[in-house]
Amino acid sequence: MPEFGSFALIFALVLSAYCVLAGILALRQQAVGIASDRLAETARRAGIAIWAAVTGAAFALVWAALHNDFSVAYILHHSNRDLPTPYKFAALWSGQEGSLLFWAFLLSTYGLVLRLRHKVDVKLTAYASTILAAVQLFFLLLLNFAATPFSLVRGSIPADGNGLNPLLQYPEMVIHPPMLYLGYVGFAVPFAFALGALIMKYPGEKWIHITRRWTMVTWCFLTCGIFLGAHWAYSVLGWGGYWGWDPVENASFFPWLTGTAFLHSVMMQEKRGMLKTWNVWLIFSTFMLSILGTFLTRSGVVSSVHAFAQSSIGEWFMWFLGLTLLVCLYFYVRNRDHLRSEHRLESLLSRESSFLFQNLVLLASCFAILWGTLFPVLSEWIQGHKITVGPPFFNRVNVPIAMFLLLLTGVGPLLAWRRTSWASLKRNFAIPVLAGVTTAIVLMALGMRPWQDAAHFYSLMAISLAALVTATIVSEFVRGGRVISRHTGANLLASMVILTRRNTRRYGGYIVHFGAVVIVVGLAGAAFNQQKEQELGFGDRMQLGPYTLVCDNYTQEDNPNYSIEYAILNVYKNGKPMGQMFPAKKFFKASQQPDTIVANHSTPREDLYVIYAGRNLDTDKPIIKVFINPLVMWIWAGVWVLIGGTVVAMLPSMSAAAVPQIQRVPVSAAALPIHSDPVGAGD
Amino acid sequence: MRLFRRLSAALLTIVLGICVLGASGDHARFNDLGHRMMCVCGCNQILLECNHVGCSYSERMRNQLLSATQQNSNDDSILQAFVKEYGTTVLAAPTMQGFDKVAWIMPFAVFLTGSVAATMLILNWSRRQALHAVSTGPGPALDHYRRQAREETEL
Repeated sequence: MPEFGSFALIFALVLSAYCVLAGILALRQQAVGIASDRLAETARRAGIAIWAAVTGAAFALVWAALHNDFSVAYILHHSNRDLPTPYKFAALWSGQEGSLLFWAFLLSTYGLVLRLRHKVDVKLTAYASTILAAVQLFFLLLLNFAATPFSLVRGSIPADGNGLNPLLQYPEMVIHPPMLYLGYVGFAVPFAFALGALIMKYPGEKWIHITRRWTMVTWCFLTCGIFLGAHWAYSVLGWGGYWGWDPVENASFFPWLTGTAFLHSVMMQEKRGMLKTWNVWLIFSTFMLSILGTFLTRSGVVSSVHAFAQSSIGEWFMWFLGLTLLVCLYFYVRNRDHLRSEHRLESLLSRESSFLFQNLVLLASCFAILWGTLFPVLSEWIQGHKITVGPPFFNRVNVPIAMFLLLLTGVGPLLAWRRTSWASLKRNFAIPVLAGVTTAIVLMALGMRPWQDAAHFYSLMAISLAALVTATIVSEFVRGGRVISRHTGANLLASMVILTRRNTRRYGGYIVHFGAVVIVVGLAGAAFNQQKEQELGFGDRMQLGPYTLVCDNYTQEDNPNYSIEYAILNVYKNGKPMGQMFPAKKFFKASQQPDTIVANHSTPREDLYVIYAGRNLDTDKPIIKVFINPLVMWIWAGVWVLIGGTVVAMLPSMSAAAVPQIQRVPVSAAALPIHSDPVGAGD
Repeated sequence: MRLFRRLSAALLTIVLGICVLGASGDHARFNDLGHRMMCVCGCNQILLECNHVGCSYSERMRNQLLSATQQNSNDDSILQAFVKEYGTTVLAAPTMQGFDKVAWIMPFAVFLTGSVAATMLILNWSRRQALHAVSTGPGPALDHYRRQAREETEL
C-alpha cells in the first residue's frame, strides 16, 4: 500500500501540472481567438482525475493505519495496535504529512465539484479550475518532496507504534480538524473565482453569485471547526476555558474574520456595484491568511501548544504566499480599471456606511490578532529578546473592538440604503435603545458592578448591546411579518416564516446575527467565573458558591490503550443532592502521556466544571479543581443558531420560484405593479 | 419623540447615578497577578491556569506569588521580581514601556486611522453628491416616482 500511495501522489502531481499548463495554454489560445475547446476539456478532466489520484493516496494511508503497517514512518509515529478504529482513521490528519495529504484531498474534492459544475459558466470555471490546479500543484509538490506521508522506516520495523497524541483521542477531535480544513481549503474556491474574474475582466457580478454559496458553506465549516476546537479545549484540556489565544487558534480566526467581512461587503457590490476592489482583496486576503496561518503553525516561527514540530516546510509556505501575493498584485495592477465602483457612498448614515465600518472593525480585529501573534517575533528582532503576548493582551485589545462590532450589528439593519433620515433613525432606534438601556439597569440592580472591574464593565456592555441587537432583529421580523400578515391574513408567526422564506438571505442573516448575540452573552459570563482547588480525601468536602462536593471514592481501571484513575464525587446544590460526578485522569500507555477527563454539569445558568488535577506527591491525596463557569452553554447554543441561520441563508428564496409565474400573466395584467420582490428585499 | 427623549434622559441619569455610587471593592491581587503571568514550563498557559500534572514550575511560582502578595509588595515590584527570576516571557502581555508600548498602540492606531479615513471619505463623497444634486436641480418631475418608490419599499 505505501508504494501505491506514493505512486498515486506522483500521478496526482503530474496531472495537476498538466491541468495548469493545458489550462493556461487553452485560455491563452481562446483569448486570441484560436479554438481550444478540446485542450480545455482535457485540462478539466485532468483536474477531475487529480481527485481520484489524491483519494487513492489518502485511502492508502488510512489502509496502512487500519492494518497497523508500521513500516510507514507516519503510521509508526501516529498510531498503535490498540488504538480504537475511529482514531486510526483520524490519524490521517493528526500529523504534519497526513494533515497535508488530507488538505490536498479536500482541495481536490472541492476542485472535483467545481469542475463537474463547469456549465454554470464554462469560461470563468476554466479560469478558476486552472488557478485551483496551481494551488493543488503546490500541495502535491510539498507532499512529494518535502513532507512525504509514505516514507518507510529504516532498519527493523517495530512491533507497535508510538500511538496517537492522547489529546486527540476524543470524539470531537475526529470532527474538528476536518471541519477546520474544510473551512481553510474552501476559501481557495472563491479566491480562484475572484482571481479568474479579475484576469478575464469578467463583466458584472455573476462571479459573486456563483461563489456566494461556496463562501457561505466554507465560512460555516470554518465556524464549526473553530467552535468544535473551543469545545474540545473546554472538555479535554481541563483548564476551565475554551479559548486561550494560542497562535494556532488565532490562525484559524484570521480567515474567519476577513471571510465574514467579505460575506457582508459583497452585498454592496451586488446591490450597488461598489467596493469591487475591496471585495477582491478581501477574498485574496482570506485565502492568503489561511496559508499564512498554516505557515505560522508549521514553521515554528511562533511557539504554540498545537504547533507541529519546526520543519523546513514553513519556507515552502512562505514562497507560495509570496508568489500568490505577486500574482494577485500583478493582475490587480493590470486590470484595476475593471474594478471601478459604479456608485459612491452618499451619506454617513446609510446601510453602505454601516457595512464599511463593520468591515473596518472586522479587519481591525484581524490586524490586532495578527499583530499580537507576530509581535514576539518582532520584539525578538528589534529588542533581542522574546516577550509573551498572551490572553490579557488579546482580551484588552479585542473586547472594545468587538463591542463596537456588536453595536454595528444592531445599527446596520435599521439603516436604509443610500441615506437614512434622522426621523427614521429615531423611530427605528427607540425600542432597541430602550431594550439595551433597560437591560443595563436591570443587570446593575441584580448586582453587576461595572465600576469595580473592567471585566464586569465589558460584560454589562456586551449583554446590553446583545439586548439592543436582539431587539433590532425582533423588530425587523415583526415589522416584515405584520406587512405579510396584513396582505395574507396569516398570523404573525406564520407571516414571519413566509417572510424568511421570501428572502432567506436577509432573514437567515438575521438568524446568524442572533446566534452571534447568544454567543456573546455566553462569552460575557466569563467575567463571573469562580474557581477553587483543594485536596480531597475520602469523605472530605469542598464548597464553591452554592455547590458542595463530597468525595465518595476513588477508583482505577485499565485497558490495553490506557489506564484511568477517577474520583467519585457526590454533588449538592444548596444542600440538595444533584447526583455524582466522575472527573478522571487517563494515562496512555503507548505515548506515556496523561490526559484530563473533565466532569461537567452544564445548565443554561452555569457549568459546574470539575477536574481531577492529579495527586499531591507528599500527602498522596487527590487534588480536585472546581470551576463555576456561568452561561457557557449559551456559547454552544449560539453556534447551533448560527449554523441554522447559515443554512437558511443558503436556501433559495421563495420569490425566485415565483418570478416565472409572474412572467406568464397576460399583457394587460403585466402592466399592473408587480410585487415580485420579497418584502424586505434589498438588504 | 419628546417622550422618548425624556425617557432616555431619565434612564441615562439612573445609569450614571448607579455608576457613581459606592465605587469601591477589593481586588483579589493574587488572582489578578496570577492571570498577568505565564507558567514558564513551556505549556503556554496563564500561571493560574496551568494544569500540567506534576508541573515543577507552576506550583513553585504560585507559592512565590502568594508570599509576595502577603508581604504587601506592590504589583510592579512583584512582577519585576518574577521577570528578574524567569525572564521577560513570564509576563503574559507586553508592558507599557519602551518598544512594548507599540504592541498596545498599533491596533488602536490602525483602527482609528481606518475609521477616520473612511469617515472623511464618505463625508467628502456625500458633499460632492449634494453639490451635484444642487447643480442639476431637484427635478420636481421625479417627485411622483420618488413618492411611489418610498411607498412601495416602506415596510
